[in-house]
Amino acid sequence: MAPAQQDRTAWLLLTPMIAIMVLVTAFPLLNTLWLAFTDASLTGQGYVWQWVGLENFAYILDDSDFRAAVGHTAYFTVLSVSIEVVLGVLVALLLNQEFKGRTLVRALLILPWALPTIVNAVMWRLIYNPEYGSLNALLTQIGLLDAYRSWLGDPATAMNMVILADIWKNYPLIALIALAGLQTVPKDLYEAAIMDGANAWTRFWKITLPGIMGSLSVAMVLRAIEAFKVFDIFYVMTRGGPADSTKTVSFFVYQESFTYLRAGSGAAYALTVTAMSALMIAIYVVMLVRREKRS
Amino acid sequence: MNSFFKSAACGLALLVHQSLPAFAEDVTLNAIFMKQAAYSEDDTKAMAKAFEDANPGLKVNLEFVPYEALHDKIVAAQGAGSSGYDVVLFDVIWPPEFATKGFLQDVTARVPKADRDKVFDGAWTTVDYDGKIWGMPWILDTKYLFYNEDMLKQAGISAPPKTFEELAEQAKIIKDKGIAKYPIVWSWSQAEALICDYTSMVGGAKGSFMQDGKLSFDTGGSVEAVNYMKKTLDDGVTNPNSREYLEEDVRKVFSAGEAAFAMNWTYMFNMANDPKESKVAGKVGIVPAPGFKGKAEASAINGSMGLGISAGSKHPEEAWKFITFMTSQETQNKYAKLSLPIWKSSYEDPAVTKGQEKLIDAAKVSLGVMFARPMTPSYPELSSILQKDIQQVLLGQASTDDAMKAATKAAGRLR
Repeated sequence: MAPAQQDRTAWLLLTPMIAIMVLVTAFPLLNTLWLAFTDASLTGQGYVWQWVGLENFAYILDDSDFRAAVGHTAYFTVLSVSIEVVLGVLVALLLNQEFKGRTLVRALLILPWALPTIVNAVMWRLIYNPEYGSLNALLTQIGLLDAYRSWLGDPATAMNMVILADIWKNYPLIALIALAGLQTVPKDLYEAAIMDGANAWTRFWKITLPGIMGSLSVAMVLRAIEAFKVFDIFYVMTRGGPADSTKTVSFFVYQESFTYLRAGSGAAYALTVTAMSALMIAIYVVMLVRREKRS
Repeated sequence: MNSFFKSAACGLALLVHQSLPAFAEDVTLNAIFMKQAAYSEDDTKAMAKAFEDANPGLKVNLEFVPYEALHDKIVAAQGAGSSGYDVVLFDVIWPPEFATKGFLQDVTARVPKADRDKVFDGAWTTVDYDGKIWGMPWILDTKYLFYNEDMLKQAGISAPPKTFEELAEQAKIIKDKGIAKYPIVWSWSQAEALICDYTSMVGGAKGSFMQDGKLSFDTGGSVEAVNYMKKTLDDGVTNPNSREYLEEDVRKVFSAGEAAFAMNWTYMFNMANDPKESKVAGKVGIVPAPGFKGKAEASAINGSMGLGISAGSKHPEEAWKFITFMTSQETQNKYAKLSLPIWKSSYEDPAVTKGQEKLIDAAKVSLGVMFARPMTPSYPELSSILQKDIQQVLLGQASTDDAMKAATKAAGRLR
């Protein structure tokens, strides 16, 4: 076959796959884009809509509730991801040591991460229960707490408690990636460093961390993107309460579209959230490109 | 086998296959119900089974979701363009929205005229909107005041409270005597349950949600209700955890013998009296929720729910047949332990009243004074606004005046 014909055949064979990708990715995206410029509302017969131009976006700029939701989401993302990274690296370092039963512990590590988010959320709701929750029992028995308290009913603690539940579930992913990264750090670097008189602390900062930084930062960005669109854990644990103190952007978009049935402005909020995620995705792409250049 | 036989066999198989549906005209109805309060999942399944047995060829596919997800499931299923559910369970607060947005079929012509007088008016308000009927009432429900008879006796209280003021006083006595740490438990989580307790109190203060034709929450009964809620928290007579509780949490706390008073739906009466589920079985008292002193004798929230045919249903006839069966007096009388019938004459039927006379006595008062939540097509959003603003008061983040003014202002902007 001539090269040109070969090309044509290749494209022909790829067409079905490209068509499917366009259908499942581009169509919903374009549909959302169109909706965002209308005042469409969801009815039993589909959308009823009128073109409103940029009105939805103008409203978003002025919406203090949405700004609050962005604040909650940012707080959740920063706190949970940074603690997950620190915890993940520490656990990875521990599991990189030789000790008896290491394989078993490594296998156990996967467990929280393998749990469905909904199961995890229900489980932590039970742990935080104000009447018979085990957290209350533990803290009162060791004397840290005078009386049982309501963790998810208090705006001062609700968000942090959800973050704790999220960390427990998601740090194993970071730990696993860091652990994999540790295997690639050459052993002779450590031997040379010891010969030069570097202590454990220096070895960690000068060899270990730079060695795993590449994979770790990718994991971090991916986790951050995921954390930013968090929905299910809040849906089960707090439903945005108390007094809206744990309402995240995804929950906000959901409510706008499916509880208030405003598909138009819901889509506009969704696009705004997507734009924020896109920023993080851009960071991720830049990182990937840099890594490829280096290797 | 040669090819002639092969193709003949294929043709025959095709013929048989195509003619099959003609023999069995099975219709499967998809129905969505809720998981908590009122009729249990088991009761609902048993009713549907009885319906299937009585109607060969009709199958009912039941789906149960938490109340909190019910509204969104119904609208998302239809909005997505699929025919979704045939029969939907809807709350009293949704018909304005569902009717104006075309989620339900108008069933005015299907409801027998004779039934209008046999069923409580409060039940009809669940399905009436804009002069049309959008379904058949199924659950006739309101919140009652439950009390622990032992605790009241121990505290030397001879009769349950008749006013909200008395409720707070009695709770204070029980607290001071150390009988219960937090005597009253409510469902004040950021959810519809909070609005139900609030509405009941507004009704008990003879308040109104409308002022000069506009939604208004910053005067009269509404302010009195929210102030009362906050004060019982400040005085330590209301369980502070109420702010994260739904109805099921209230039931568990009351059934564990940790509360002297609780506001909850009908279903709690028989569940709190079930020794398998409760430590206070046999000691459960029930009275209509009180009113405020000098304003009302009793208060109640219209928490009824109806069954309707969704707009996209391809089997409206069969769906209505199912709804008629589920809401029939016969079916309702048979399962009257967790939810009371919509039919007036059932309340004189020994089969219904036996063993739950206390509940029936309370119901006879409460069902007559049921107070409705605001009727508006934007109800879900209005409810979110109220939930947030009332919770801000209960959490001490805002004063009643500021929060309820904010709610009124936000309600004025609803589209």
